Amino acid sequence: MSSQLEARRRDARRWTPAEMMTIAAARALPDGATCLVGIGLPGTAANVARRLHAPRLVLVYESGAIGSKPGSLPLSIGDGILAETADTVVGVVEMFNVWLQPGRIEIGFLGAAQLDRYANINTTVVGDYEQPTVRLPGAGGAPEIASSCGEVIVVLRHAPDKLVETVDFVTSVGFGAGPGDRERLGLRGGGPTRVITDLGLLAPDPETCELVLTHVHPGVTVEQARAATGWQLRVADTLETTPAPTAEELATVREVERTRPAAQ
Amino acid sequence: MGLASETLVEQPRRAEILPLPEAISRTVGDGSTVALEGFTHLIPFAAGHEILRQGRTDLTLVRMTPDILYDQLIGMGSARRLVFSWGGNPGVGSLYRFRDAVEHGWPRPLELEEHSHAGMANRYAAGASGLPFAVMRGYAGSDLVPHTETIRQVTCPFTGETLTAVAALRPDVTVIHAQQADREGNVQLWGITGIQKEAALAARTAVVTVEEIVDILEPRPGGVILPSWAIDVVALAPGGAHPSYAHGYTERDNDFYVSWAAISRDRKAFRRWMEEHVLAA
Repeated sequence: MSSQLEARRRDARRWTPAEMMTIAAARALPDGATCLVGIGLPGTAANVARRLHAPRLVLVYESGAIGSKPGSLPLSIGDGILAETADTVVGVVEMFNVWLQPGRIEIGFLGAAQLDRYANINTTVVGDYEQPTVRLPGAGGAPEIASSCGEVIVVLRHAPDKLVETVDFVTSVGFGAGPGDRERLGLRGGGPTRVITDLGLLAPDPETCELVLTHVHPGVTVEQARAATGWQLRVADTLETTPAPTAEELATVREVERTRPAAQ
Repeated sequence: MGLASETLVEQPRRAEILPLPEAISRTVGDGSTVALEGFTHLIPFAAGHEILRQGRTDLTLVRMTPDILYDQLIGMGSARRLVFSWGGNPGVGSLYRFRDAVEHGWPRPLELEEHSHAGMANRYAAGASGLPFAVMRGYAGSDLVPHTETIRQVTCPFTGETLTAVAALRPDVTVIHAQQADREGNVQLWGITGIQKEAALAARTAVVTVEEIVDILEPRPGGVILPSWAIDVVALAPGGAHPSYAHGYTERDNDFYVSWAAISRDRKAFRRWMEEHVLAA
């Protein structure tokens, strides 16, 4: 028993980069916010946040479930548990036209296959559109989530083929080609406010809209982050280190991950 | 009642209740534009498998989220064209048959007409509303615009604002799966009701497969009722959404969704699985 406890304590001082990324993402979601949750890591992070500091976080799924409080992680955004635990379930037309389009949702939480320095997202193809090397799933709800939510948070693994100089396809717009583009395109939401990776956090420079490194996770160096970025990554004037995961955060992530259907 | 008034009273239009093979053979032909809808929930797998067994080909397949069902139809070569907005295996990863068709043209090249969810939803709504297009905010700045003919810009006649127009979708046939129908062919679905109502009403012919035919359809909170006169064919198909699910009847078979990656990655293994589990069934 005591050795088990000891092992658990030791375990609580170690974490994987993926766990750090999920925890950093969860921390970005304030209690009481309305959050449109994309598939994959955003869903995990939102459900971790709900169990920690944000019990009143309103999870909105593009399948139509509003205010879901799933006890275990769904595999898809349309699992039955999301409807069963929702405040209300609406149709897809209503979800996009009435709830998302007018800016009723504060945070859009998205993943990306590729992301450029202006936080434009590609989830469509790697390579040429007509002759792709890799055909990715495509847009889903992301273009309108990216244009209409109050702010957008992007989560992705930090690698040079993911954080790229130029995305092969702009599926969802971040800041386009730079300052003023969102306004020119008529995009009403505020756009990306931060990018969370397994190495650190990036945020757009308020002047240039270019993503700069604002935080590195504990144990990660600026050089590592630079090497894993496909453009000349700039570092914020005041670079911070992300606070290490607490034992409670780690325990919660692991507990939530254990309920993921794919893990069974 | 006089003769004159009798001639004015027509028999109300009513959906026919047919066995599934007949429901499909009467409505889906080679080259048809077919929407098999259901947003994760209530995906009409049994109907799609019947289309496969009947050997229909050159289909234009329409669906927001192609899911495993369209991976199967594409991998078996049934489709010429795909109209869609998100082609992945939710929470798992790729749809390998869809990827193989787009990346390598196997078993045949697949034309794509690609949208966002909001765009597809609005296109169905326009089709169901008898309008040529729907107007929305969206797509601005996305590379989908130059690649997709059915996305255009319009100017608001009131404010002068530039908005996005998407062309209406009018499938030849929409097939959806629902929990219940009564003996008159009225249908009810509940849980995540997705895009099914708009997709069914946008179609020239609407087919609904159901878990159960009941004596009395009891309206449920949040339920969607499609009256018999608004649809064409009802077919009984218990468990017909598997591995998707029918809220209140079956659970989503998440293990199958996870296992599909291994089944579908290899062409031969996929074909073998389809022959054994779908074509021979």
